[in-house]
Order: sequence, then structure tokens, then C-alpha cells
Amino acid sequence: MSAIYILWLRELKRYLRSRVQIVVSLGQPALYLVALGFGFGPVFAKAGAGSYLQFIAPGVMGMTVLFSSVFSGIAMLWDRQFGFLKETLVAPVPRLYIMLGRTLGGATVAMIQGVLILLVCLIAGFRPQHWISVPFAFVFVAMIAIVFAALGTTIGSVIKDMQGFQLIMNFLVMPIFFLSGALYPLSHLPLALSIVTRMDPLSHGVDGLRGALIGTWRFGFILDIGLLGTMAAVFLGTGAYLFSRIEV
Amino acid sequence: MIRVEKLSKTFDSFTAVNNISFEVAQGEIFAFLGPNGAGKTTTIKMLTTLLRPTSGTIELDGLNPAHQQKEARQRFGIVFQDPSLDNEQTAYENMELHGVLYHVPHKVRAQRIEYLLKLFELWERGDDYVKLFSGGMKRRLEIARGLLHTPKILFLDEPTLGLDPQSRNQLWTHVKHLNETERMTVFLTTHYMDEAERVAHRIAIIDHGQLVAQGTAAELKARTNSESLEAAFLALTGDSLRDESAQSADQMRQFAKMWRR
Repeated sequence: MSAIYILWLRELKRYLRSRVQIVVSLGQPALYLVALGFGFGPVFAKAGAGSYLQFIAPGVMGMTVLFSSVFSGIAMLWDRQFGFLKETLVAPVPRLYIMLGRTLGGATVAMIQGVLILLVCLIAGFRPQHWISVPFAFVFVAMIAIVFAALGTTIGSVIKDMQGFQLIMNFLVMPIFFLSGALYPLSHLPLALSIVTRMDPLSHGVDGLRGALIGTWRFGFILDIGLLGTMAAVFLGTGAYLFSRIEV
Repeated sequence: MIRVEKLSKTFDSFTAVNNISFEVAQGEIFAFLGPNGAGKTTTIKMLTTLLRPTSGTIELDGLNPAHQQKEARQRFGIVFQDPSLDNEQTAYENMELHGVLYHVPHKVRAQRIEYLLKLFELWERGDDYVKLFSGGMKRRLEIARGLLHTPKILFLDEPTLGLDPQSRNQLWTHVKHLNETERMTVFLTTHYMDEAERVAHRIAIIDHGQLVAQGTAAELKARTNSESLEAAFLALTGDSLRDESAQSADQMRQFAKMWRR
């Protein structure tokens, strides 16, 4: 158990020590929020859909948690490159613990990022519908973080170079983001697209965040939590398996 | 302490280690020499449970690492050919993390970390990030870390690569000292013949994945009628350059790995 803790702590320390990186990683979501939130705001309002800033803020939170958690897993590439991964792989502890420590550490960092971006949203003018349901948003932030940190670990166990990373970014992470409904409502989509968006775990994460923060549900609490929970189990399972198979 | 029988490792069609057998007694310093790409690192990786052998058996301190992986891992320390430190943490934190992973009890941990960091003259720099360390300091830290859990066997894969003569000299002095005082078994690889001759009790030479000779430095020299170990080494392994074949072998290995996944 202490092995899980020490690796979790390592992820956290690395995050807290790289102040510049914290600012940088909040810059992109802040840009989305301001540029898109205010840029598309009038169009959105004209279409009778209300405030775009209110709509997009939970989406931007979901996006922040997605990128932060996937990257933490893919950061294993650096540990592979700089050799530290070997030190943990040859240690007399089950690989599962190593994998869990890393993944939970990455997820924790992503949760912190998610909370920070909520503060940015509040500064930009976003207001939750009911403050009392904000804790539910934290539940969804945690779920998104665990699902995608586990996915990140799964990917990190398989790819070995930067080309692999680019491939994953363009053909997996970006689609997960753009098809999640973080930026646009998922109603009135062509059938094929609609099916894809329903299978995207981030759709359910963002839906949960919208439900908790602005009171609009598309899929409903039970379905969102259920799907995210299932995905978390699946990715943790495959991640643990693939991590245990790493040979250096 | 180490017993290897008919050990082989094949990467698809490429045989990196071909049917080698040897034994290392407790308290012995055993040097494993060979040209680039001869199979040294592959052998070390198999001995340290990082690679699964294709065939053959390994015994470490009476344990079969394939089945008693955790117990076996607890018994050895390893310094890899390339660095394996966490650059973003301090020297002390690197030691601490290792201590936790290797189940060194909390009380003993702090004492041993202090003892080892002092022994390797790193105590004053304990709170500095490893990324600020020189190559020699990093090596020393890695060895100190490898010794933290008082292993019975220490594996050193080209530990002096890229170090200046002073650092090399100091490093071997430490290793010899630990071997003498704690009867620690040492399994090392190196390209510096003088080092092998100076520290190793016995030497094995591997070439193209096969053991070509085993014995003391004196025995190897006598067998080949050579004046120096270097001459003996060249007599046993030939004087053609291996860099090319080694590199392509490495590439093939990576290629093979890529497609297996």
C-alpha cells in the first residue's frame, strides 16, 4: 500500500513543483472559455439557447480534466526515456500497485486542475444554478479524471515514442474531446454522430457536470455515473494488464 | 548465489543469448565481458526479471525468479546501463522512494539513507534535485540507491561508462569495500579490461550470445598466451568491429518489439 502512496505522492510533487506548467495548462482552457464563450455567445443567444458561457463552462472543465489526466498517463513516455520507469518495474512490489499509484496520482492532479478551471470560470462570469449541487460536479470531475488517467496509463504502457503520442492525440484524444458535446449541444445530430457521442465517456462526464452545475441533463445521473464507472473499471483493468506486460 | 543453466533469449529470429551456463558463488565479484551487442545487457535483464527467458533456468539465492519474482527482486540491487533516477526529485527523495518500494522499515530507512549518502559523498547535496547533478554524482547516487535495501547481489551494468578516472577509481573502491565487508556478491559488466582485472575474482566472456571463456584473469591470459586481459579478450572475441552489427541487431530487436505489440 505504501508503494501506491509514494508513487501517488511523486505525481503530486511533480505537479506542484512545476508552477509554470500549472499556468500553461490552464491557459488553453481559459482561452476556450473566453474566446468561444464570448465569441459564440451572441449567436448562441440568438438561437434561443441561453448563455453560451454557462453552457460551455462545464465543457471546458471536462476538457481540462480530460487532457490533464490523459497526459499524466502518457508522461510515462518520459519516465521510459529517462529510465525512471525501470526503477519501479524491477521493484519487489506488484506491478498493479505501481500502476495504481501512478494513475491515481495523475487523476488527483487532473482533479486539482478541474477545480482551478472552475475558479477561472467563476471569474469569467460563470454562475452555477444551485451552489448546493456543486459537490456533485466534484464527483464527476473525479470520475472523468480516473477514467482518463487509466486510459492514459493504458496508452503509456503501449507507446514508446513521440510518433505514437501524436497518433494517439490526433486519433483518440481530440475526437474524444470534440465528440463529447463539451462545445455544442448533442441534440439534433445526424444519427451516426449521435451514436458515437453516446459512446464517448467524456459525453457522460460533461453531461454530469452540466447536470450538477447548470441543471440540464441529457442522459441522466444514473446513466452518466454508471457508464463512467464501467469505463473506469475497464480502463483500469486493461491498463493494469498492459502495464504488467511492459518489458524494458 | 547465481546459477544459470542453458539460458537463451530469442527476439523473433534473432538469438541474443544462446544457451549459456555459469555459476557465481556468494561473495564473489564476477565480471561479464563482451563486445557490443554480445548479449551482456540481455543476460542482466533476464537475471533481474526484466525479460522473460526463452528457455533455460535461473536461480538467485536459491530462488527461481520466474516464480518467486518478488522475493528474488528483494534480494538484488541493480545499477542499469543508462540512468534510472527521477530527475525531478531530490537525491534524498529518490532514496526514500526506493526504500518504500523495497520495504525498508521506516526507522532503518532514514539511517541507511544517511549512511549511504555520506559513504558516496552526496549527503550535503541530498536536498538538491537530481537534474542538477553531474554524471558521476548520478552514478554514485544510483549505486547508493541500489544498496539501500542491503541486497545480497549487486548487478552493475557498465557502471563506469562515461565517468572520469577519479570517479571510476572511487566507485570500484567502494564496491570492493562493500564486497569485502558485507560479503555482497557482485555481477558486473564493463568495457574497461583494467577494471575487470582489478576488481573481479572471476571473468566470463560472451560473444554472439555464447560464452567463449570463463576463469580468473590469470587463467584467461594463460589460456590465450596473452600478456594483458585486453589481449586475451581480443584473442577470444576477434578484432573485427561490432558496432555495425550491434546497431542493426538493436534495431531489429526494437522492430521486433514494435510488431509484437
